[in-house]
Amino acid sequence: MSSTVETTSDIRPFKVDIPDEALDDLRRRVAATNWPDKETVADQSQGVPLAMIQQLARYWMTDYDWRTCEGRLNALPQFITELDGLDIHFLHVRSQHEDALPLIINHGWPGSIIEQLKLIEPLRDPTAHGGTAEDAFHLVIPSMPGYGFSGKPTGTGWGPERMARAWAELMSRLGYRGYVAQGGDWGAFVVDQLGLQAPEGLQAIHTNMPATVPADVDKASLAGDPPPSGLSAEERRAYEQLLRTYGQVEYARYMAARPQTLYGIADSPVGLAAWLLDHNDADGQPAAAVTAALDRTTSATGELTRDELLDNITLYWLTNTGVSASRLYWEYKGGFFNAKGVAIPVAVTVFPGEQYQAPRTWTERAYPNLIYYNQVDEGGHFAAWEQPQLFASELRAAFRSLRPRGGRHE
Amino acid sequence: MSEPTTAGPRPAEQGTATQDATIRPFRVEVREEDLVELRRRVQGARWPEQETVTDQSQGVQLATMQALAHYWGTDYDLRRFEARLNSFPQFLTEIDGLDIHFIHVRSPHPDALPLIITHGWPGSVIEMLNVIGPLSDPPAHGGDAADAFDVVVPSMPGYGYSAKPTATGWDPVHIAEAWITLMRRLGYTRFVAQGGDWGAQITDVMGAKAPPELLGIHSNMPGTVPPHVSKALTSNVLGTGDPPPTGLSADEQRAYDRLSFLFTKGIGYALEMGLRPQTLYGLADSPVALAAWMLDHDARSYDDIAAAFAGEPVGNLTRDEVLDNITLAWVTNTGVSSGRLYWENTLGFFDVKNVTVPAAVSVFPNELYQAPRSWAEQAYPNLIYFNEVDKGNHFAAWQEPELFTTEVRAAFRSLRQGRWS
Repeated sequence: MSSTVETTSDIRPFKVDIPDEALDDLRRRVAATNWPDKETVADQSQGVPLAMIQQLARYWMTDYDWRTCEGRLNALPQFITELDGLDIHFLHVRSQHEDALPLIINHGWPGSIIEQLKLIEPLRDPTAHGGTAEDAFHLVIPSMPGYGFSGKPTGTGWGPERMARAWAELMSRLGYRGYVAQGGDWGAFVVDQLGLQAPEGLQAIHTNMPATVPADVDKASLAGDPPPSGLSAEERRAYEQLLRTYGQVEYARYMAARPQTLYGIADSPVGLAAWLLDHNDADGQPAAAVTAALDRTTSATGELTRDELLDNITLYWLTNTGVSASRLYWEYKGGFFNAKGVAIPVAVTVFPGEQYQAPRTWTERAYPNLIYYNQVDEGGHFAAWEQPQLFASELRAAFRSLRPRGGRHE
Repeated sequence: MSEPTTAGPRPAEQGTATQDATIRPFRVEVREEDLVELRRRVQGARWPEQETVTDQSQGVQLATMQALAHYWGTDYDLRRFEARLNSFPQFLTEIDGLDIHFIHVRSPHPDALPLIITHGWPGSVIEMLNVIGPLSDPPAHGGDAADAFDVVVPSMPGYGYSAKPTATGWDPVHIAEAWITLMRRLGYTRFVAQGGDWGAQITDVMGAKAPPELLGIHSNMPGTVPPHVSKALTSNVLGTGDPPPTGLSADEQRAYDRLSFLFTKGIGYALEMGLRPQTLYGLADSPVALAAWMLDHDARSYDDIAAAFAGEPVGNLTRDEVLDNITLAWVTNTGVSSGRLYWENTLGFFDVKNVTVPAAVSVFPNELYQAPRSWAEQAYPNLIYFNEVDKGNHFAAWQEPELFTTEVRAAFRSLRQGRWS
């Protein structure tokens, strides 16, 4: 809210400042949790197991420290600017290398900008992290509408298409005349839309959840039919992976239909935590990478830890964005992994734990201007969060061909 | 952090006796501190912001939930459901290792026909409380003694005051078997069965098992959808699958269209509970989450319930009735355990279940779909009664107890002739 006259294109500095009462209330609510009975199975097939969530809740209300995360965020340059009528929060971290390539990275659900924090230093300052100055990026990492410290839409229409237009405007407002974009999960949908809209200045996109599925395969997999004939072994494997994924995404379909009914993710911290934890990857639901992180207190190599999971969940709680974030599913009416027709240069990294491993054949057809394709051997659906070093090196390689020797990008 | 609890009287420890067929009287006694805590949580609810649309297309609307929470947290009598349940004879008996709670009202009329009525989700025995009197004692409610029933209304496993399964296996088929055991244990050598929602599935399974004692069934959510239609519906859930079946009559096409909406947009809650019931921790921790989840069954019943909280109840579905049911689920902490039935289920909700006993069907206009007579005749080869009534939603017994009672009497009348009068 503003009582002064200001242009809507103002870019205002932003700091996170959560009042103590909000943290006390969170702890009190976690401590007072009323639990259901234990699941009736010995595995995760009925959802997040009681013991798993109780162990996390115990740590959440005792030793976990949100202020550490808040300090990390506030050590980064954060801003708010109004785009298309909505306040958008973003990190904007410029490299000391003036020729750095501007890059906008878009998070997904159930994530936030927390997913990208470990990428910032290796991408911004490659010479200190095993790279060369020619690998440097200027980074822009926005919070999607309804997520984190961005505003919550009060009307309809904020789907990936509109976000893509807003991101193009953001990059333009920041003065970037040539830039690239990256995304996974919802971020992948947004960068595909950016690729379709091909705004002036956008040179290429990189996706770690590429939409490559040919129409006949898409139709058969969604209907649960046998695969079309003539698939290679690799394509057949991808088909089976799609079937598995479609059997695990009821949370997504639910949010697409009835996001407002999820009052429990606004009123119950544990309700929110379980809902956010229960996203699948290729190796499990909850994602195997997330389950592993619940037991990881530190990581020298940047692998996902318990504190980072709670940073993300606590951010959702403190901003009360469980429902507003879910509404993105309701807004989106398009397909999941079907080829969208992106014609601009595209780079793809295939992570083994992603929903499906996009075969090179499908990828080449889906993205006719494919400038980079690589299958790596570690990392899953939350690739940037799980394997930031590998992810950073993929982004360097993905966009290397676009960097003119000695050229400038701003 | 509190450990998992079930408020109120705890059923006997399970697994102690192997086959204890005793029937123990039961009364609900809710602890005052549980009600104080419930009210505290309702009043302290943290809300999301309002939906971004002006209708119910994003789910249960904030204004409805806040009206519900306001009444629940202030003037609503939290002991209403307790008093209502305790006005009926209630019992517990152990079946297959699990304590089953049930209401059992014997008719004062000697030739009464024994009837077991099964509730559904998100319901409970509360749905049936207003039909027990008229069914068991018709002359006291403007009916004929010849229409009298002995009424048995059990709580499904994981629901209300029945025990919660601690292992898998309590699917609708198992429940149907347990109900047959229950009726035999009560000494009934002949009986009929009735149900809607899950109760309809369980009743259909009983009709397919066709124990010699079962004279017939009545359903207000019949399973009639032919296999090729069911396959087309299922294949279109995620995207564009099989084309709609051709050659449907106008009635059948209307049923298909209603079901198509349900399968693609309308039963997300069922599919979510079918896959990940345990993840719904908010149902145990947040009364308003539980209430919203239970309100959001289907568009038509939601409209009626929202109207009740806007001061204009439709039929008997008043805000007190709605909150009786939700308060029961909260106090027994059965949000998750009741949801597990979806995980257990392997039957198609509206599929033909191969019932062989005499079957009666009432079609309510705001049920999830209106079963066409043509499908009902195919699904139930021994169809003794089929009637389309002019009001009532998915919760037929709850919303329209008089009409429902009339239907159940008429449905089973032919089975009594020569035998029961």
